[in-house]
Amino acid sequence: MKSLSILLLVIPVVMTGTAVQAEIVSPRQAELLYLLKHDCGSCHGMRLEGGLGPALTPKRLQSWQAEQLAVTILHGRPGTPMPPWRPFFTDSEALWLAQQLKQGVRR
Amino acid sequence: MKSLRFLLVTMLLLPGLSLAECLTRGTGDMGIIIERAAGSLKVVDTTNHSELFRVEGLGDLSHASAVYSRNERYVYIFGRDGGLTKVDILCGRIVKRIIQGGNSIGGAISQDGSLIAVSNYKPGGVKIFSADDLSLIADIPATSVTDRDGHRKGSKTVGLVDAPDQRFVVSLYDSGESWIIDMSDPAKPAIQRFENIGSLPYDGLITPNGRYYIAGLFGQDGLSLLDLWHPEKGARLILDDYGRGQKKLPVYKMPHLEGWAMADDRAFLPAVGQHAVLVVDSKDWKEIKQVPVHGQPVFVMARPDGRQIWVNFAFPHNDTIQVIDTETLEIINTLKPGKGTLHMEFSPRGESVWISVRDKDEVQVYATRTQELTHRLPVDKPSGIFFTSRAHQTGL
Repeated sequence: MKSLSILLLVIPVVMTGTAVQAEIVSPRQAELLYLLKHDCGSCHGMRLEGGLGPALTPKRLQSWQAEQLAVTILHGRPGTPMPPWRPFFTDSEALWLAQQLKQGVRR
Repeated sequence: MKSLRFLLVTMLLLPGLSLAECLTRGTGDMGIIIERAAGSLKVVDTTNHSELFRVEGLGDLSHASAVYSRNERYVYIFGRDGGLTKVDILCGRIVKRIIQGGNSIGGAISQDGSLIAVSNYKPGGVKIFSADDLSLIADIPATSVTDRDGHRKGSKTVGLVDAPDQRFVVSLYDSGESWIIDMSDPAKPAIQRFENIGSLPYDGLITPNGRYYIAGLFGQDGLSLLDLWHPEKGARLILDDYGRGQKKLPVYKMPHLEGWAMADDRAFLPAVGQHAVLVVDSKDWKEIKQVPVHGQPVFVMARPDGRQIWVNFAFPHNDTIQVIDTETLEIINTLKPGKGTLHMEFSPRGESVWISVRDKDEVQVYATRTQELTHRLPVDKPSGIFFTSRAHQTGL
Protein backbone atom coordinates (compact mmCIF):
# COMPACT_ATOMS: atom_id res chain seq x y z
CA MET A 1 0.00 0.00 0.00
CA LYS A 2 2.80 2.36 0.88
CA SER A 3 4.49 1.98 -2.45
CA LEU A 4 1.14 2.29 -4.19
CA SER A 5 0.47 5.60 -2.54
CA ILE A 6 3.90 6.84 -3.60
CA LEU A 7 3.26 5.65 -7.12
CA LEU A 8 -0.04 7.52 -7.19
CA LEU A 9 1.73 10.59 -5.94
CA VAL A 10 4.47 10.29 -8.51
CA ILE A 11 2.42 9.50 -11.63
CA PRO A 12 0.64 12.85 -12.06
CA VAL A 13 3.95 14.66 -11.72
CA VAL A 14 5.68 12.46 -14.26
CA MET A 15 2.76 12.76 -16.66
CA THR A 16 2.58 16.53 -16.62
CA GLY A 17 6.36 16.78 -16.56
CA THR A 18 6.23 19.90 -14.41
CA ALA A 19 7.13 20.24 -10.80
CA VAL A 20 4.00 20.14 -8.74
CA GLN A 21 4.63 22.02 -5.50
CA ALA A 22 3.65 19.89 -2.57
CA GLU A 23 1.51 21.97 -0.27
CA ILE A 24 2.50 22.03 3.37
CA VAL A 25 1.21 24.46 5.95
CA SER A 26 3.78 26.96 7.02
CA PRO A 27 4.40 25.97 10.69
CA ARG A 28 5.04 22.42 9.52
CA GLN A 29 7.40 23.74 6.83
CA ALA A 30 9.47 25.36 9.55
CA GLU A 31 9.49 22.10 11.53
CA LEU A 32 10.58 20.13 8.49
CA LEU A 33 13.39 22.55 7.67
CA TYR A 34 14.55 22.49 11.30
CA LEU A 35 14.59 18.70 11.22
CA LEU A 36 16.42 18.75 7.88
CA LYS A 37 19.10 21.04 9.25
CA HIS A 38 19.59 19.45 12.64
CA ASP A 39 18.69 15.78 12.32
CA CYS A 40 19.43 15.02 8.66
CA GLY A 41 22.39 17.35 9.29
CA SER A 42 24.02 14.87 11.68
CA CYS A 43 25.01 12.78 8.66
CA HIS A 44 24.65 15.18 5.72
CA GLY A 45 26.09 18.24 7.51
CA MET A 46 24.12 21.18 8.81
CA ARG A 47 24.97 23.04 5.61
CA LEU A 48 24.02 19.88 3.67
CA GLU A 49 27.51 19.73 2.23
CA GLY A 50 27.98 16.13 3.29
CA GLY A 51 29.45 14.08 6.10
CA LEU A 52 29.06 10.36 6.57
CA GLY A 53 26.16 10.79 4.13
CA PRO A 54 26.56 12.54 0.77
CA ALA A 55 26.07 16.26 0.14
CA LEU A 56 22.45 17.25 -0.56
CA THR A 57 23.16 20.34 -2.60
CA PRO A 58 21.16 21.14 -5.80
CA LYS A 59 24.28 20.43 -7.86
CA ARG A 60 24.77 16.97 -6.41
CA LEU A 61 21.06 16.16 -6.69
CA GLN A 62 20.53 17.47 -10.21
CA SER A 63 20.38 14.05 -11.86
CA TRP A 64 17.54 12.89 -9.60
CA GLN A 65 13.87 13.86 -9.83
CA ALA A 66 12.30 15.24 -6.66
CA GLU A 67 9.97 12.22 -6.69
CA GLN A 68 12.93 9.82 -6.62
CA LEU A 69 14.44 11.71 -3.74
CA ALA A 70 11.12 11.58 -1.89
CA VAL A 71 11.13 7.78 -2.25
CA THR A 72 14.67 7.66 -0.83
CA ILE A 73 13.64 9.88 2.10
CA LEU A 74 10.64 7.68 2.89
CA HIS A 75 12.23 4.28 2.35
CA GLY A 76 15.92 4.87 3.02
CA ARG A 77 18.77 3.41 1.01
CA PRO A 78 19.40 -0.25 1.86
CA GLY A 79 23.04 -1.15 2.38
CA THR A 80 23.84 2.36 3.59
CA PRO A 81 23.15 4.13 6.90
CA MET A 82 20.28 6.10 5.28
CA PRO A 83 17.19 5.04 7.27
CA PRO A 84 13.54 5.17 6.16
CA TRP A 85 11.91 8.38 7.43
CA ARG A 86 8.43 7.07 6.68
CA PRO A 87 7.36 7.10 10.37
CA PHE A 88 7.93 10.87 10.52
CA PHE A 89 6.87 12.24 7.12
CA THR A 90 3.80 11.97 4.93
CA ASP A 91 4.24 11.46 1.18
CA SER A 92 3.64 15.11 0.44
CA GLU A 93 6.01 16.22 3.20
CA ALA A 94 8.78 14.04 1.76
CA LEU A 95 8.10 15.44 -1.71
CA TRP A 96 8.12 18.98 -0.37
CA LEU A 97 11.47 18.35 1.36
CA ALA A 98 12.89 16.85 -1.83
CA GLN A 99 11.76 19.92 -3.75
CA GLN A 100 13.42 22.19 -1.22
CA LEU A 101 16.65 20.23 -1.61
CA LYS A 102 16.47 20.45 -5.41
CA GLN A 103 15.96 24.22 -5.21
CA GLY A 104 18.55 24.74 -2.53
CA VAL A 105 17.59 25.28 1.06
CA ARG A 106 18.03 28.71 2.59
CA ARG A 107 20.85 28.69 5.10
CA MET B 1 56.67 67.84 25.13
CA LYS B 2 54.43 66.55 27.81
CA SER B 3 51.76 65.56 25.38
CA LEU B 4 54.35 63.88 23.15
CA ARG B 5 55.63 61.87 26.08
CA PHE B 6 52.05 60.97 26.93
CA LEU B 7 51.50 59.83 23.38
CA LEU B 8 54.64 57.69 23.43
CA VAL B 9 53.71 56.10 26.73
CA THR B 10 50.20 55.41 25.49
CA MET B 11 51.53 53.81 22.33
CA LEU B 12 53.75 51.56 24.37
CA LEU B 13 50.90 50.56 26.62
CA LEU B 14 48.31 49.92 23.91
CA PRO B 15 49.50 46.45 22.89
CA GLY B 16 49.45 45.61 26.57
CA LEU B 17 45.80 46.60 26.79
CA SER B 18 44.64 43.72 24.62
CA LEU B 19 46.78 41.33 26.67
CA ALA B 20 45.14 42.66 29.79
CA GLU B 21 41.85 41.27 28.53
CA CYS B 22 43.25 37.77 28.90
CA LEU B 23 42.52 35.99 32.15
CA THR B 24 45.20 35.22 34.68
CA ARG B 25 44.05 32.02 36.31
CA GLY B 26 44.38 28.26 36.13
CA THR B 27 42.40 26.51 33.39
CA GLY B 28 41.71 23.21 35.18
CA ASP B 29 38.10 24.16 35.83
CA MET B 30 37.43 25.49 32.38
CA GLY B 31 35.92 24.07 29.24
CA ILE B 32 34.22 24.88 25.98
CA ILE B 33 30.75 24.31 24.57
CA ILE B 34 30.20 24.15 20.81
CA GLU B 35 27.41 26.29 19.38
CA ARG B 36 26.89 24.14 16.31
CA ALA B 37 24.54 26.35 14.29
CA ALA B 38 26.29 29.66 14.92
CA GLY B 39 29.79 28.30 14.29
CA SER B 40 30.96 29.63 17.63
CA LEU B 41 31.95 28.33 21.03
CA LYS B 42 31.58 29.41 24.61
CA VAL B 43 34.43 29.22 27.09
CA VAL B 44 33.03 28.33 30.50
CA ASP B 45 34.06 28.18 34.13
CA THR B 46 32.92 24.86 35.61
CA THR B 47 33.29 25.98 39.24
CA ASN B 48 31.03 29.02 38.93
CA HIS B 49 28.91 27.60 36.09
CA SER B 50 29.48 30.78 34.16
CA GLU B 51 30.44 31.95 30.71
CA LEU B 52 33.86 33.57 30.29
CA PHE B 53 34.08 34.20 26.53
CA ARG B 54 32.26 33.60 23.30
CA VAL B 55 34.50 32.90 20.31
CA GLU B 56 33.02 33.28 16.82
CA GLY B 57 34.13 32.49 13.30
CA LEU B 58 34.81 28.76 13.57
CA GLY B 59 32.96 27.75 10.39
CA ASP B 60 30.65 24.75 10.09
CA LEU B 61 30.49 23.04 13.48
CA SER B 62 27.81 20.46 12.55
CA HIS B 63 29.85 17.67 14.02
CA ALA B 64 32.59 19.47 15.84
CA SER B 65 34.96 17.92 18.33
CA ALA B 66 37.91 19.23 20.29
CA VAL B 67 41.19 18.28 21.96
CA TYR B 68 43.32 20.25 24.43
CA SER B 69 46.98 21.15 24.55
CA ARG B 70 48.76 19.57 27.49
CA ASN B 71 49.03 22.94 29.26
CA GLU B 72 45.23 23.18 29.04
CA ARG B 73 45.42 26.63 27.53
CA TYR B 74 44.70 25.90 23.89
CA VAL B 75 41.84 23.97 22.39
CA TYR B 76 41.88 22.61 18.84
CA ILE B 77 38.48 22.52 17.17
CA PHE B 78 37.75 20.13 14.30
CA GLY B 79 34.92 21.43 12.10
CA ARG B 80 32.81 19.68 9.51
CA ASP B 81 34.07 22.01 6.76
CA GLY B 82 37.66 20.82 7.18
CA GLY B 83 38.44 23.72 9.48
CA LEU B 84 41.09 23.27 12.17
CA THR B 85 41.11 26.12 14.65
CA LYS B 86 43.43 26.73 17.60
CA VAL B 87 41.73 28.79 20.30
CA ASP B 88 43.34 30.38 23.36
CA ILE B 89 40.79 29.87 26.14
CA LEU B 90 42.47 32.32 28.53
CA CYS B 91 42.10 35.12 26.02
CA GLY B 92 38.94 33.91 24.29
CA ARG B 93 40.34 34.30 20.81
CA ILE B 94 41.44 32.36 17.77
CA VAL B 95 45.21 31.90 17.57
CA LYS B 96 45.21 30.27 14.15
CA ARG B 97 42.65 28.79 11.78
CA ILE B 98 43.22 26.73 8.63
CA ILE B 99 40.97 24.85 6.22
CA GLN B 100 42.88 21.58 5.94
CA GLY B 101 40.40 19.40 4.04
CA GLY B 102 36.99 19.37 2.39
CA ASN B 103 35.00 17.56 5.02
CA SER B 104 36.27 16.27 8.31
CA ILE B 105 35.04 14.33 11.30
CA GLY B 106 37.41 14.74 14.22
CA GLY B 107 40.94 14.53 15.43
CA ALA B 108 43.43 13.72 18.13
CA ILE B 109 46.50 15.17 19.83
CA SER B 110 49.68 13.11 20.12
CA GLN B 111 50.98 11.70 23.38
CA ASP B 112 53.65 14.41 23.68
CA GLY B 113 51.26 17.16 22.64
CA SER B 114 53.30 18.20 19.61
CA LEU B 115 51.06 16.87 16.81
CA ILE B 116 47.43 17.32 15.85
CA ALA B 117 45.95 14.63 13.59
CA VAL B 118 42.72 15.20 11.66
CA SER B 119 40.44 12.55 10.25
CA ASN B 120 38.96 13.48 6.88
CA TYR B 121 35.97 12.26 4.93
CA LYS B 122 36.91 14.30 1.89
CA PRO B 123 39.53 13.74 0.68
CA GLY B 124 39.64 10.57 2.75
CA GLY B 125 42.71 10.26 4.92
CA VAL B 126 44.59 11.68 7.88
CA LYS B 127 46.54 14.91 7.96
CA ILE B 128 48.96 15.66 10.76
CA PHE B 129 49.90 19.18 11.83
CA SER B 130 52.24 20.89 14.23
CA ALA B 131 50.29 21.70 17.40
CA ASP B 132 52.30 24.89 17.62
CA ASP B 133 51.59 26.68 14.34
CA LEU B 134 49.31 24.18 12.50
CA SER B 135 51.89 23.70 9.73
CA LEU B 136 51.51 20.43 7.81
CA ILE B 137 53.76 17.60 9.02
CA ALA B 138 52.29 14.59 7.18
CA ASP B 139 49.53 13.89 4.68
CA ILE B 140 48.39 10.26 4.70
CA PRO B 141 45.80 9.41 2.04
CA ALA B 142 43.32 6.63 2.71
CA THR B 143 42.82 3.47 0.66
CA SER B 144 41.04 4.24 -2.59
CA VAL B 145 37.58 2.75 -3.10
CA THR B 146 34.83 2.93 -5.74
CA ASP B 147 31.66 4.60 -4.49
CA ARG B 148 28.08 3.72 -5.49
CA ASP B 149 28.14 6.21 -8.32
CA GLY B 150 31.24 4.54 -9.77
CA HIS B 151 33.70 7.26 -8.77
CA ARG B 152 37.07 6.52 -7.20
CA LYS B 153 37.64 8.22 -3.87
CA GLY B 154 39.65 7.86 -0.70
CA SER B 155 37.89 5.91 2.05
CA LYS B 156 36.39 8.04 4.78
CA THR B 157 38.43 7.87 7.96
CA VAL B 158 36.74 7.56 11.37
CA GLY B 159 37.51 6.85 15.02
CA LEU B 160 40.89 8.60 15.09
CA VAL B 161 42.55 8.40 18.53
CA ASP B 162 45.98 8.95 20.05
CA ALA B 163 47.84 5.96 21.47
CA PRO B 164 50.97 5.57 23.60
CA ASP B 165 54.41 5.65 21.95
CA GLN B 166 53.48 8.63 19.79
CA ARG B 167 51.01 6.68 17.68
CA PHE B 168 47.58 7.37 16.25
CA VAL B 169 44.98 4.73 15.40
CA VAL B 170 42.25 5.27 12.82
CA SER B 171 39.66 3.20 10.97
CA LEU B 172 38.64 3.36 7.33
CA TYR B 173 34.88 3.35 6.85
CA ASP B 174 34.60 2.28 3.21
CA SER B 175 37.51 -0.15 3.03
CA GLY B 176 36.99 -1.80 6.44
CA GLU B 177 40.49 -1.31 7.86
CA SER B 178 42.22 -0.05 10.99
CA TRP B 179 45.62 1.62 10.75
CA ILE B 180 48.27 2.29 13.37
CA ILE B 181 50.23 5.40 12.43
CA ASP B 182 53.56 5.65 14.25
CA MET B 183 54.77 9.25 14.33
CA SER B 184 57.85 8.76 16.48
CA ASP B 185 59.80 10.07 13.47
CA PRO B 186 57.53 12.86 12.20
CA ALA B 187 59.36 12.92 8.88
CA LYS B 188 58.60 9.24 8.28
CA PRO B 189 55.15 8.15 9.40
CA ALA B 190 55.16 4.35 9.71
CA ILE B 191 51.79 2.78 8.95
CA GLN B 192 50.69 -0.67 9.98
CA ARG B 193 47.50 -1.72 8.15
CA PHE B 194 44.91 -4.20 9.37
CA GLU B 195 42.53 -5.23 6.59
CA ASN B 196 39.12 -6.91 6.70
CA ILE B 197 38.42 -5.82 10.25
CA GLY B 198 34.67 -5.85 9.53
CA SER B 199 32.06 -4.01 7.49
CA LEU B 200 31.72 -0.23 7.70
CA PRO B 201 33.55 0.77 10.90
CA TYR B 202 31.77 3.98 11.93
CA ASP B 203 33.71 5.09 15.02
CA GLY B 204 36.48 3.92 17.32
CA LEU B 205 37.77 4.26 20.84
CA ILE B 206 40.79 3.37 22.90
CA THR B 207 40.76 2.14 26.49
CA PRO B 208 42.07 4.71 29.01
CA ASN B 209 45.30 2.72 29.47
CA GLY B 210 45.88 2.95 25.73
CA ARG B 211 45.96 -0.80 25.18
CA TYR B 212 42.81 -1.78 23.29
CA TYR B 213 41.39 -0.04 20.23
CA ILE B 214 37.82 -0.92 19.37
CA ALA B 215 35.99 0.01 16.18
CA GLY B 216 32.20 -0.16 16.07
CA LEU B 217 30.77 -1.72 12.91
CA PHE B 218 27.71 -0.49 11.09
CA GLY B 219 27.63 -3.09 8.31
CA GLN B 220 27.55 -6.16 10.53
CA ASP B 221 27.09 -7.28 14.11
CA GLY B 222 30.04 -7.02 16.45
CA LEU B 223 33.03 -4.79 16.99
CA SER B 224 36.64 -5.02 15.90
CA LEU B 225 39.28 -5.24 18.63
CA LEU B 226 42.96 -4.46 18.25
CA ASP B 227 45.39 -5.14 21.13
CA LEU B 228 48.05 -2.45 20.78
CA TRP B 229 50.38 -4.37 23.05
CA HIS B 230 50.20 -7.21 20.52
CA PRO B 231 49.43 -5.78 17.10
CA GLU B 232 51.01 -8.89 15.55
CA LYS B 233 47.90 -10.80 16.60
CA GLY B 234 45.82 -8.64 14.28
CA ALA B 235 42.33 -7.27 14.67
CA ARG B 236 39.63 -9.67 15.82
CA LEU B 237 35.86 -9.56 15.87
CA ILE B 238 34.19 -9.46 19.28
CA LEU B 239 30.52 -9.58 20.29
CA ASP B 240 29.64 -10.76 16.81
CA ASP B 241 26.49 -12.43 18.09
CA TYR B 242 24.94 -9.53 20.01
CA GLY B 243 22.31 -8.77 17.43
CA ARG B 244 21.67 -12.26 16.18
CA GLY B 245 18.03 -13.12 15.66
CA GLN B 246 16.96 -9.57 16.41
CA LYS B 247 15.58 -7.27 13.80
CA LYS B 248 17.68 -4.15 13.49
CA LEU B 249 15.81 -0.88 13.81
CA PRO B 250 16.49 2.00 11.46
CA VAL B 251 19.32 4.15 12.85
CA TYR B 252 18.47 7.87 12.86
CA LYS B 253 21.74 8.87 14.44
CA MET B 254 24.98 6.92 14.52
CA PRO B 255 26.21 6.06 18.02
CA HIS B 256 29.47 7.52 19.29
CA LEU B 257 32.17 5.49 20.94
CA GLU B 258 34.06 8.42 22.41
CA GLY B 259 34.08 8.40 26.18
CA TRP B 260 35.00 4.86 27.03
CA ALA B 261 32.62 3.67 29.70
CA MET B 262 34.25 1.20 31.98
CA ALA B 263 33.65 0.06 35.55
CA ASP B 264 35.02 -2.97 37.39
CA ASP B 265 36.34 -4.72 34.28
CA ARG B 266 33.03 -4.13 32.58
CA ALA B 267 32.73 -2.07 29.43
CA PHE B 268 29.48 -0.40 28.41
CA LEU B 269 28.81 0.12 24.72
CA PRO B 270 25.92 1.34 22.57
CA ALA B 271 24.22 -1.40 20.51
CA VAL B 272 23.69 -0.28 16.92
CA GLY B 273 20.04 -0.36 15.81
CA GLN B 274 18.78 -1.63 19.16
CA HIS B 275 17.36 -0.10 22.30
CA ALA B 276 20.12 -1.58 24.40
CA VAL B 277 23.42 -0.90 26.13
CA LEU B 278 25.84 -3.82 25.86
CA VAL B 279 27.70 -4.79 29.01
CA VAL B 280 30.93 -6.59 28.23
CA ASP B 281 33.54 -8.36 30.36
CA SER B 282 36.78 -6.63 29.38
CA LYS B 283 38.86 -9.66 30.40
CA ASP B 284 37.48 -11.91 27.67
CA TRP B 285 35.29 -9.45 25.66
CA LYS B 286 32.19 -11.61 26.14
CA GLU B 287 28.77 -10.12 26.65
CA ILE B 288 27.53 -10.11 30.25
CA LYS B 289 24.16 -8.52 29.68
CA GLN B 290 22.14 -6.21 27.48
CA VAL B 291 20.46 -3.43 29.44
CA PRO B 292 17.19 -2.47 27.72
CA VAL B 293 16.97 1.32 27.48
CA HIS B 294 14.61 4.05 26.25
CA GLY B 295 15.93 4.29 22.68
CA GLN B 296 19.02 3.72 20.57
CA PRO B 297 22.00 4.95 22.62
CA VAL B 298 24.27 7.61 21.13
CA PHE B 299 26.71 8.34 23.97
CA VAL B 300 27.24 5.79 26.74
CA MET B 301 29.46 7.55 29.28
CA ALA B 302 30.77 6.55 32.68
CA ARG B 303 30.99 8.94 35.59
CA PRO B 304 34.75 9.25 36.22
CA ASP B 305 34.58 6.92 39.23
CA GLY B 306 32.72 4.29 37.18
CA ARG B 307 29.74 4.16 39.55
CA GLN B 308 27.12 5.34 37.05
CA ILE B 309 26.61 5.21 33.31
CA TRP B 310 24.74 8.08 31.65
CA VAL B 311 23.16 7.43 28.26
CA ASN B 312 21.55 9.71 25.69
CA PHE B 313 19.57 8.63 22.65
CA ALA B 314 19.09 9.00 18.90
CA PHE B 315 16.18 10.78 17.23
CA PRO B 316 13.22 10.46 17.90
CA HIS B 317 14.08 9.63 21.53
CA ASN B 318 16.62 12.40 21.99
CA ASP B 319 14.77 14.23 24.78
CA THR B 320 15.86 11.69 27.41
CA ILE B 321 18.83 10.66 29.55
CA GLN B 322 18.98 7.41 31.47
CA VAL B 323 21.31 6.59 34.33
CA ILE B 324 22.47 2.99 34.87
CA ASP B 325 23.91 1.69 38.14
CA THR B 326 27.08 -0.19 37.17
CA GLU B 327 26.78 -2.66 40.05
CA THR B 328 23.15 -3.77 39.66
CA LEU B 329 22.95 -2.94 35.92
CA GLU B 330 19.52 -1.43 36.60
CA ILE B 331 18.28 1.92 35.34
CA ILE B 332 18.13 4.14 38.39
CA ASN B 333 16.77 7.29 36.80
CA THR B 334 15.19 8.61 33.61
CA LEU B 335 15.58 12.34 33.00
CA LYS B 336 13.89 14.54 30.42
CA PRO B 337 16.26 17.46 29.77
CA GLY B 338 14.41 18.31 26.54
CA LYS B 339 14.42 17.69 22.78
CA GLY B 340 17.86 17.53 21.21
CA THR B 341 19.79 16.26 24.23
CA LEU B 342 23.00 15.82 22.27
CA HIS B 343 26.03 15.48 24.50
CA MET B 344 27.24 15.14 28.09
CA GLU B 345 30.47 15.95 29.87
CA PHE B 346 31.38 15.11 33.46
CA SER B 347 33.33 17.48 35.65
CA PRO B 348 36.84 16.08 36.20
CA ARG B 349 35.94 14.14 39.36
CA GLY B 350 32.33 13.58 38.39
CA GLU B 351 30.22 15.45 40.95
CA SER B 352 28.34 17.12 38.13
CA VAL B 353 27.48 16.50 34.51
CA TRP B 354 26.80 19.14 31.87
CA ILE B 355 24.20 18.30 29.24
CA SER B 356 23.55 20.06 25.92
CA VAL B 357 19.87 20.60 25.16
CA ARG B 358 19.78 21.87 21.59
CA ASP B 359 16.12 22.80 21.22
CA LYS B 360 16.04 24.74 24.49
CA ASP B 361 19.23 26.62 23.61
CA GLU B 362 20.71 25.76 26.98
CA VAL B 363 23.18 23.60 28.83
CA GLN B 364 21.84 21.99 31.98
CA VAL B 365 24.06 20.97 34.89
CA TYR B 366 23.02 18.05 37.08
CA ALA B 367 24.44 16.82 40.36
CA THR B 368 25.31 13.20 39.63
CA ARG B 369 24.67 11.99 43.18
CA THR B 370 21.05 13.15 43.25
CA GLN B 371 20.56 13.50 39.47
CA GLU B 372 18.93 16.85 40.15
CA LEU B 373 19.18 19.89 37.92
CA THR B 374 21.35 22.52 39.62
CA HIS B 375 22.21 25.13 36.96
CA ARG B 376 21.25 26.30 33.49
CA LEU B 377 23.37 28.30 31.03
CA PRO B 378 22.03 29.92 27.88
CA VAL B 379 23.93 28.51 24.88
CA ASP B 380 22.89 28.82 21.22
CA LYS B 381 22.12 25.31 19.86
CA PRO B 382 24.72 23.58 22.05
CA SER B 383 26.30 20.30 20.95
CA GLY B 384 29.69 19.02 22.14
CA ILE B 385 30.97 19.95 25.61
CA PHE B 386 34.70 19.54 26.27
CA PHE B 387 36.43 20.23 29.59
CA THR B 388 40.17 20.82 29.94
CA SER B 389 40.65 17.65 32.01
CA ARG B 390 40.61 15.83 28.66
CA ALA B 391 44.13 17.17 28.11
CA HIS B 392 45.56 14.38 30.22
CA GLN B 393 43.46 11.44 29.06
CA THR B 394 44.56 9.11 26.28
CA GLY B 395 41.94 8.91 23.56
CA LEU B 396 40.19 12.19 24.37
